[in-house]
Amino acid sequence: MTFDANVRYQDSHEWARKDGDLVVVGISDYAQDSLGDVVYVELPETGTSKAKTEAFGVVESVKAASDVYMPVSGEIVEVNGELEENPATVNESPFEAGWLVKIKPSDPAEIDGLMDAAAYEEFTKGLDD
Amino acid sequence: MSTNQSAANHRFGDTIPPLLYEISRSGRRAVRLPESDVPSTRLPAELLRDDHDELRLPEVSEQDVVRHFTRLSHANMAIDTTFYPLGSCTMKYNPKVNEAVASHSGFASHHPLATTDDSQGSLAVMYRLQHMLAEIAGFSQVSLQPAAGAQGELTGILMIRAYHESRGDTRRRKILVPDSAHGTNPATVTMAGYEAVEIPSDAEGNVDLGALREACGDDVAGLMITNPNTAGLFERNIEAVVDAVHGCGGLVYGDGANFNAILGIVRPGDLGIDVMHFNLHKTFSTPHGGGGPGAGPVGANETLADFLPGPIVGMSQPSPDASDDGSDDSRYEFVSPAQSIGRLRSFHGNFGMLLRAYAYILLHGADGLRAISENAVINANYLRHLTRDVFPAKFDRTCMHEFVSVGSRYEGVSTMDIAKRLLDYGYHAPTVYFPLIVKDALMVEPTESENRETLELFAEALALVAREAGNDPDLLHEAPLTTPRRRLDEVAAVRNLVLRYEPV
Repeated sequence: MTFDANVRYQDSHEWARKDGDLVVVGISDYAQDSLGDVVYVELPETGTSKAKTEAFGVVESVKAASDVYMPVSGEIVEVNGELEENPATVNESPFEAGWLVKIKPSDPAEIDGLMDAAAYEEFTKGLDD
Repeated sequence: MSTNQSAANHRFGDTIPPLLYEISRSGRRAVRLPESDVPSTRLPAELLRDDHDELRLPEVSEQDVVRHFTRLSHANMAIDTTFYPLGSCTMKYNPKVNEAVASHSGFASHHPLATTDDSQGSLAVMYRLQHMLAEIAGFSQVSLQPAAGAQGELTGILMIRAYHESRGDTRRRKILVPDSAHGTNPATVTMAGYEAVEIPSDAEGNVDLGALREACGDDVAGLMITNPNTAGLFERNIEAVVDAVHGCGGLVYGDGANFNAILGIVRPGDLGIDVMHFNLHKTFSTPHGGGGPGAGPVGANETLADFLPGPIVGMSQPSPDASDDGSDDSRYEFVSPAQSIGRLRSFHGNFGMLLRAYAYILLHGADGLRAISENAVINANYLRHLTRDVFPAKFDRTCMHEFVSVGSRYEGVSTMDIAKRLLDYGYHAPTVYFPLIVKDALMVEPTESENRETLELFAEALALVAREAGNDPDLLHEAPLTTPRRRLDEVAAVRNLVLRYEPV
């Protein structure tokens, strides 16, 4: 299980990473492992704005369909079109090629309120398994 | 042979038969129609298909068709051949007397457009079934229209919406749904134009009352709740839950999926539930799981009865020309509830299923219905006890009609591996990965139909599989080893959806 130290985490298992003025968002290695083989990813239209913790898409595996939630508030400026053809990328590379959306944050400091890798790893240990 | 049919003469159930398309031969047929004795004419050109594709249908004899589907059925597992502990689905025995009643020509051959006068027998069955279901669940009226559970859910939420709108109360936009709910609940909410708000469960598997009270407000149209819930547990705080929702002006929808646990013991209407669907195909023994179709009647209390989908069956004064020989001279007719949300289903619901459920209720009577639930709960708890060492239930308390264990407690072996291996032991697999509140769930519902020996044998099989999981995980990764098709590639099936047959 990888807990990438370069990203911040939300308790609903999304990660967020600063990329210039933007924030890149995906789901954690823990999340993709729990979901199992991802078969479909539904992503929003670019240009839509959403608040932190609002659902922005759905990641569907053979076990379940799960909403994914905004880790920061802002406007969706780019979605990972690659996932339409190859949803398995979320399993293979959750922190890199398997990113979901890029957000233009309405408050660039909001990301600092998310958990760091150590806190998130501790959080997952307390979860049901 | 030109197809992939082998020359070997397989036993039934060993193999999947070739597709009808693969055994099709040009000109072969199952019916011979007499020469037409009326003039023929061409269809107008604008009605003809503009592509030149032939309508490719298999050309086979009647015997080909019968053998094909009979062999397919033998390759499958069914309640008539196998213990079928598919949690949340109530795969109980479907009594054959139901079939005898439903195939009675007076019902089976009755035309759905026949006049009310010519349909009095069928209407009497519907009228009585409405009243029986209302009495069993504690409601004032029932509509038999909805075609199955999910449509029953939609019916109920549309009724709640119509109720609020009839009072000019249009600011309520949210429906609360516990996180243990069936996935159909939030889907229903969305389809009815509301927003689903998830309410977490507490450590005991009940609705988290604090979180619920916090979510209640004047923007809440209602709550959807399943009791017993999907973890097979009775909601201990059900009355407080209902009070909280009513307290903020919302109404409560009861999902009747798990009604088999409380027949004759608890009436949802008495708990304050405003509207609920019944799954006749679960609780009342009509066939499903490849049989079907379902039937999802909806019952409502006085608050919502006027909004039920119509028409429903009512009884008028005895007709003046009724015979006085002591026979039933009531006259039944279709009536529409005063503020009905309208029709949900063409004709009169899945009428054949209504007949079967009616027969089942008459067969058992009030005491028998209570015994059904008592035995369903005892069976589930006995099985929970028998399997406590190898697959202990997630919530350590007396369960209702089903229980949920964690299927992934053996290193390197998944819930799916356990489920697939059970097929080799001759059992239909339990439900897997549901409810979502239990990670890697394995959900077992034995129903009241099974005898003690079957439960004990199944528990032994689970213990054997658990031992194999410890000793030889690879064996379980390979399972099933004995079925006509081995492990199916579910990921490929979803990622590469092929819906249309193309000749190879």
